[in-house]
Amino acid sequence: MAIREDVIVIGGGLAGSIAAIEAAETGASVRLVTYKKSTLRHASGLIDVLGYNGSDDPIADPYAALDELPDDHPYSVAGEAAIRDGLERFDEVVGDQYQGGHTDTNALLPTFGGAVKPTARYPTSTAAGITSDTRSMLVVGFREMTEYNGQMLADHLEAAGVPFEVKGVECNFPGTYANDSRVTRFTKRLDNDEDVDYEGTTMGAREALAKEIEPHLGDAERVGLPALLGDEHADEVHNDLERHLGADVFEIPMGPPSYPGMRLADTLKDAVDEAGVRISAGNPVVGFEAEDGELTSVIVDSKGREVPYHADEFVLATGGLVGKGIDSDREEGVTEPIFDCYIPHPEDRYDWFDKQAFGDQPFAHFGVRVDETMRPLSADEAPEFDNLRAAGAVIGGADTVAEKSQSGVSLATAVVAGEHAGERAATHEVHQ
Amino acid sequence: MSDAEQASDFDPTTQVDEFEPVDVFPSSEDMDLRPGADNCYKCTSCDTSCPVAEVDEDFPGPKFQGPEQWRLKRGEDVDIDDSILSCSNCMRCDDACPSSVPLSQMHNTARGEYVEEHMDHNSIEYLRNRMLSNYRSLASIGSKIPRISNFFLGLGITSTLGEKLMGITSEREMPEFAHETFRQWWKKRGGAQVSNPDKRVAYFHGCYSNFNTPEVGKAMVRVFESFGYEVMVPKQQCSGTPMFANGMLKDARREAEVNVRELGKAIENGADVIASCTSCSMALRQEYPELFDIEGIEDLSEHTYEAMEFLRIHEDLHSAIRESEVDPQSFAYHAPCHARNQGLDRQAVELFRELDGAQIEDVGESCSGISGTYGWKSEKYETSMKIGAEMFDHMEHAEGEVGMTECPTCAMQMNHGTGYEIRHPLELLEKAVAN
Repeated sequence: MAIREDVIVIGGGLAGSIAAIEAAETGASVRLVTYKKSTLRHASGLIDVLGYNGSDDPIADPYAALDELPDDHPYSVAGEAAIRDGLERFDEVVGDQYQGGHTDTNALLPTFGGAVKPTARYPTSTAAGITSDTRSMLVVGFREMTEYNGQMLADHLEAAGVPFEVKGVECNFPGTYANDSRVTRFTKRLDNDEDVDYEGTTMGAREALAKEIEPHLGDAERVGLPALLGDEHADEVHNDLERHLGADVFEIPMGPPSYPGMRLADTLKDAVDEAGVRISAGNPVVGFEAEDGELTSVIVDSKGREVPYHADEFVLATGGLVGKGIDSDREEGVTEPIFDCYIPHPEDRYDWFDKQAFGDQPFAHFGVRVDETMRPLSADEAPEFDNLRAAGAVIGGADTVAEKSQSGVSLATAVVAGEHAGERAATHEVHQ
Repeated sequence: MSDAEQASDFDPTTQVDEFEPVDVFPSSEDMDLRPGADNCYKCTSCDTSCPVAEVDEDFPGPKFQGPEQWRLKRGEDVDIDDSILSCSNCMRCDDACPSSVPLSQMHNTARGEYVEEHMDHNSIEYLRNRMLSNYRSLASIGSKIPRISNFFLGLGITSTLGEKLMGITSEREMPEFAHETFRQWWKKRGGAQVSNPDKRVAYFHGCYSNFNTPEVGKAMVRVFESFGYEVMVPKQQCSGTPMFANGMLKDARREAEVNVRELGKAIENGADVIASCTSCSMALRQEYPELFDIEGIEDLSEHTYEAMEFLRIHEDLHSAIRESEVDPQSFAYHAPCHARNQGLDRQAVELFRELDGAQIEDVGESCSGISGTYGWKSEKYETSMKIGAEMFDHMEHAEGEVGMTECPTCAMQMNHGTGYEIRHPLELLEKAVAN
């Protein structure tokens, strides 16, 4: 029994990381077991609490809208205090990398499709793009990036009725690239401020980029760029561009690959490490051992060998359908693959979806149901195991994508699950 | 842009009684990689984890090299793109992919096919790659006369000729051969000092700890004997790692056959197989069953462990370390990519944090850039050093001037970029628990 902790958290995304930190705060020894890279790598990096509820109009104050949510919504189960605790913990972990904590009200930020999105917390690098601000805006796209067009983005923003002047322009990213060069290449160039040839002169990539944008600046007071402005040295890239341009610079969150998401993943990992949590990454949890309704260990598949990891308390934070915390197939239906927790779903899989792509999709609500301490419940509403809790997208009951509520659900459920797991592990120790 | 450009008559609302998979592609090859290719949902986690794509604007990244190229070459007139040779086989894409697409398996297969069918077998590049991947053969000759070999390898003219004639970078110093190989030491010592039919391990030392750093092998033996294990040292060949990376799959198979047979005998005698090099354990565990169909290959995969991993699982290594003490020393630890893929990237840091006297700092997630033989090639040297820059930077910022890693070529790169002396975790573990 070599590998043993008080608490084991399965899953290393937003929910798993926050649950692990929360549990470690209670004094418990915690191990985070994570398999592949989390969905944060392709998430926008925006932290939403509640953006919409059934109508096309964005919600101004998410907390004021909580009462209208159904009883089986994770927010209704966890309660408003849990949402506030979750965001407080998040704010503490990310420090000045994020903004929005000064108010309960949603901020509106531009997306790379040119839409405007309500969100509760946003990376500081995106802050100057806030659409309630009336300063004129230039949106820059790059010819080397086919997935993003500055002109189109500006047109869409204008059509959305933003209260400022906005124009878009396509520039060349300084340096030469193959047609299918990766976004990571552009970022690395800025991150290291590598030398590039720009109009006959060799200069740093940041300066060259500013020079490329400058002629289009006009009277724009702020400049939006796709969110690829640096990785490890993102702050420096941001400051250098602002200095060269003499205007505020902001990032517009993109689809995958998403640097704001990756930076958040790095920040969370450092915070988890700093909280004294042990991390085992790279191998999946494939099963468990239990005695008298309590889990005694989870089984990690270490490249073909099954290794038990023992603990008193366990948190399941393996994600939803995209994160693979929930699986589905023709024979078994919809399942939670590790503990086989109950997931309510129609038996006929033709009832899993609505024919309208953006309709109310039943599959979007798939996930485990939990009690108020986040224990997954069986079909007869009893805890599956006394010492198993769930956090994040593995919990169902809401279409978090349509509502824009996934980050808030992850944070709220993570603090409840982490705190209960940590505290209950302490009582185990007293009894031993 | 969508993959499906043609309208389909598929109607999702029609009930289908029985599912009949449609065979879209001819399945003439040995390995069916289609399910793997289909699993890709283009999240780009692999591309953002690729250390080569980050520094080389011409490299199209693992998503192209894997699932996309696999689909492309279903067409009769599309050859494998030569950019496959720029993949360093660090296998980070495997570790990244949330959908378990077998990316490195796809790369290895494509590279093997490219080298076999499209590369001129009389070209200098082919000969150079063949020579680099068969390091073991060279080393076994060179180490017979270590002093003379080291003398010649250390000469400026040797490295100039290597660069000019073979395309092996003269920027790096050739690793020195030990005056006594691990196997010579093992024989002289009279083999195992502990006999225990209940606790047996077979040591896969690989080439480097045999010919170049026997102190790592000796540390492995002393540590395992201190925990009461009977250590066996079976006959063995190269694990195949450099061969996979160079597309020399026939060479790799030849070596694998010997390893599967000889280590298989040890497994029959109750032993588990222990490697000290994380690329060797990676090859035995993952690449062998993915690439070859040899009797006993699954069994070997299932019985192979990295050395400290084995002790963590089977012994109370945490307590043993917590109760020990070593002379004060700081280490800048780098986790090799292949260790990461086996879930071992945090192991040394986690264990040695609790060792009195030792200070250990993880220098971050970046790849060292050398990837075995990759960084030895003249045309890849610059890429290799660009990838390594982040690690060098973090090492400089870490306490002290001693590095630590499990991988011998990562160690070369760490030393090359910083001048630090580099230790293997087993050497520190030996000081802690086997003295």
